[in-house]
Amino acid sequence: MSQIHVDIVSAEGEIHSGEAQMVFAPAEVGEVGIAPQHAPLLTRLKPGTVRVQTLDGQMLPFFVGGGILEVQPHLVTVLADTALRPQDADESAAQAAKAEAEQRLAGASTETDLAKAQAELVEAAARLEFVRKLRAPSHH
Amino acid sequence: MAGAKEIRTKIKSVKNTQKITRAMEKVAMSKMRKAQERMAAARPYAEKLRRTLGHLTQANLEVKHPFTIEREVKRVAYLVVSTDRGLCGGLNMNVFRQTVRDMRSWKDKGVDVDLVLVGNKAISFFKRIGGKVLATTSHLGDKPSIDQLFGVIKVLSDAYRDGQVDRVYVVGNAFVNTMTQKADALQLLPVEPVKSEGLLQHWDYIYEPDAEGLLDTVLQRYVESQIYQSVIENSACEQSARMVAMKAASDNAGKIITQLQLQYNKARQANITKELAEIVGGAAAV
Repeated sequence: MSQIHVDIVSAEGEIHSGEAQMVFAPAEVGEVGIAPQHAPLLTRLKPGTVRVQTLDGQMLPFFVGGGILEVQPHLVTVLADTALRPQDADESAAQAAKAEAEQRLAGASTETDLAKAQAELVEAAARLEFVRKLRAPSHH
Repeated sequence: MAGAKEIRTKIKSVKNTQKITRAMEKVAMSKMRKAQERMAAARPYAEKLRRTLGHLTQANLEVKHPFTIEREVKRVAYLVVSTDRGLCGGLNMNVFRQTVRDMRSWKDKGVDVDLVLVGNKAISFFKRIGGKVLATTSHLGDKPSIDQLFGVIKVLSDAYRDGQVDRVYVVGNAFVNTMTQKADALQLLPVEPVKSEGLLQHWDYIYEPDAEGLLDTVLQRYVESQIYQSVIENSACEQSARMVAMKAASDNAGKIITQLQLQYNKARQANITKELAEIVGGAAAV
């Protein structure tokens, strides 16, 4: 068997699927080349280019923004990440989600509350206007 | 003839409503097609990830990951997936009903339930019902992306990792077909073992750089993909449910218009007959 099946997928769609002679991928510890009958391997990918050498010798490049590479003797799977994830982005996103929960469930959020807040705003604006008018003559 | 005029105004207002519902139906129809495509596009990733996870559970792995360990259940978390907007039939209510039913049965067993909410409708519903909410996210739009979900994913997996909750479920609508959506609760954590086709009996991966970290990455991605999948599936459900609901509304408006038209004609006819009778009566008197 001198060919290996390659699947490259991301959460937003299938990128490539087909047979290949050889696959090159930017693994975390360095570039790896995978030939058919490769030993089972599991590794993370760095952002970079996965190159697939098809059966007719053509080299197909695919950009991946990181992900996971799984190798079985007959099969290569690239699970590409779609989203870029900085190290601490998750943490701040989690904070934001928690904050939103607190805010949404405690404060003004539903339509009725919003309407009430708007009414108060209008009232406050009117009051402010009134105060200004009262004060205006005394300044001159 | 006040009756006829009133009926005419009513007909006009129903016709306006019908115009709106028909427009919404058309919009939902085109959005539905795109949402379904998006749902189908995400499927290969979920399948391949599941396959890898299946291989991984067959490998002779020495390390165990917390995401795969079954614990005694003292507290559970529910991720409730809902829509941001209404006018989509009973879609959200079905999900809430399922959630509330599950919550009640956990409570009977003496297990507390935490909630993580996606979508405006879930937020306002559980604000009324009450319940401990860990995190929420909303305004995902018609094209939910995984970036928007990282927050709730992180909160959920942290809560599970820290032992605050011992099980995590996802409740959302499963897309059966355009006419049918089904509210469904899925166990997310601990990850249920995935069966996979026969590989060699004794083998293990070469892990680069380390098995533990990789297992963690794979499981984390798996959880993310499951949540993302149910959110986009729910979005496809939303559009088809809205289309169906708006079609029914347009049809009902049509029926009401026919009835009102009939009433209007009768009132007009009665009025003419009355006038004629008056004229004839007047002529006879002269």
